[in-house]
Amino acid sequence: MNGSGSTTRSKTSARGALTTLVTWILVLIFFFPVFWMVLNGFKPESLASSVNPTFIFKPVTEGYQLAMDRGMAGYLQNSLTAAVIATIISVVLAIPAAYALSIRRVKNVENSLSFFISTRFMPLAAIVLPLFMIFKTVGLLDNIYMLAIVYGAMNLPVTVWMMRSFFLEVPYEIIEAARVDGAGMFREIVRIVLPLVLPGVAAAALISFIFAWNEYFLALLLTSSAARTTPPFLGSFVDGRGQFLAVLSAAATIAALPVIIAGWAAQKQLVRGLSMGAIK
Amino acid sequence: MTTTTTTQPSELEDVRASTATDKRRVQRTELWRNRGLLLPAVIFLILLTQIPFLTTIGFSLTKWNLLYPNDRAFAGFDNYTSALTSGDLWPSIRATVLITAFSVTLAVLFGLLFAVLLDRPFRGRALARTLMITPFLIMPAAASLIWKYSMFDTNIGMLNWVFRTLHLPVVAWSTEHPMATVVIVLTWQFTPFMMLILLAGLQGQDKGILEAAQVDGAGTWRTFTWITLPHLRMYIEIGVLLGSVIILQVFDPIAILTKGTGGTKTLAYLLYERAFIGLDVGQAAAYGVVTVVLTIIVATIALKSVFKVFMAGGSR
Repeated sequence: MNGSGSTTRSKTSARGALTTLVTWILVLIFFFPVFWMVLNGFKPESLASSVNPTFIFKPVTEGYQLAMDRGMAGYLQNSLTAAVIATIISVVLAIPAAYALSIRRVKNVENSLSFFISTRFMPLAAIVLPLFMIFKTVGLLDNIYMLAIVYGAMNLPVTVWMMRSFFLEVPYEIIEAARVDGAGMFREIVRIVLPLVLPGVAAAALISFIFAWNEYFLALLLTSSAARTTPPFLGSFVDGRGQFLAVLSAAATIAALPVIIAGWAAQKQLVRGLSMGAIK
Repeated sequence: MTTTTTTQPSELEDVRASTATDKRRVQRTELWRNRGLLLPAVIFLILLTQIPFLTTIGFSLTKWNLLYPNDRAFAGFDNYTSALTSGDLWPSIRATVLITAFSVTLAVLFGLLFAVLLDRPFRGRALARTLMITPFLIMPAAASLIWKYSMFDTNIGMLNWVFRTLHLPVVAWSTEHPMATVVIVLTWQFTPFMMLILLAGLQGQDKGILEAAQVDGAGTWRTFTWITLPHLRMYIEIGVLLGSVIILQVFDPIAILTKGTGGTKTLAYLLYERAFIGLDVGQAAAYGVVTVVLTIIVATIALKSVFKVFMAGGSR
């Protein structure tokens, strides 16, 4: 780059400002559907479903009221039950497994790891029919605990891989010192390793919660009424008649909010969970 | 557990001091104990995923329609041959592969763009990143519905409002361009996913090399294509692998946006239709098996290189 220093600097700073502007415009366009959803949820139905969009209006909670009138609280309750139990199952089973695959030694670590990863890649379509038939035969279809158990299995491989990546970061000297002190294995895990990897456990739990909360396919097929969760409830709007954008937007906002907040809180760990611990 | 294990350092490389038999015994108890740690997770997964999958294979070799529960018999490969001859399977494989390929490619490109833009420091960067990851967090069923009604709708959709304002013809997205409709929503959802992975890649770049390149007079573009892109290769591969495997199973946007019309009937949706509307368990199971085969093909193509990365990042 030629020219005097000051013009170069003003040129680059102008270019920087322009890039920032473009960045913000693109980000806002990208975010717009979410913004629009939240906005529509606070509109009266006539405004939400009008041909010309309204940006300034007096917010009402009519949409939220209507969503609750459709029994949304019950579906949210089911979603919460399924997601929490699934998270507990996958975390409790993943801690010892990840511990064995990182700090302890198992023969053929690679085989165990690829077992977990291939299970993660197993399409749900490949397992849903037998689960449906078995649950139907033993009368456990439309049972929220069964759905939670299946979600636990669905999330377990991710949780194992993710936690393992955190366990591998525990300095080996600390574990060695504990062993020389004669700490038993259980104490070694609970007293020494777990406190060190607690942020990792929390992140894995959050990822597990997000996947279970958002899951639609299995929820649609394995539940019908008593155990129905939020995603299939939302899906039922497709068959709606008349105007329903305000109530739909309100319901979608409520349904999305817990995970959005959880995801924002866990932003730093999100990429690690999504990449199964491969990227830090 | 013997006393030996607790009083002696149990690390395998440290047992040189003990006798050979002791060493072997320590090793064996160690290994069994460690296997015990692994076992609950493995058994749980075998019960809930591996065994059901084998059962699905069994179902797929059976003539079994829930409308005729008594007419159940071994059918060999009949369900597979009828899947091929009925003309459902190939369009479905096509839909699955095309939707996955388009969505993953677009998501990687947009993800790369946003990753580069959000990697440079500017005011409010943290907020911009937070807003950007939201489409991935939002419940997929909710995302599809919001797009269907508040974006794509011919009357009240924002896209058509923009088109009308610009005096362009109104588009009935989900019937005129069903494939594009599904791909747009999936791209929107997965761009943040790719962005996060690529952003991690950009942050792991050696800043010194970048500065050196600038000093040597390599322009921004050349620095990007010669240094940054090769560095990002591994991250792009991981993103493509994980994104493909997830989108190959895609169901939510199909069920909500197009109901499988217009060449968007993915394998997951086809299975759903066959099993839960057609009640043909045997036929549906065959589609389930085909889904796995397709996933394996796609994953092995991508996995070979990626698995090395996973392992390299994970051995002590």
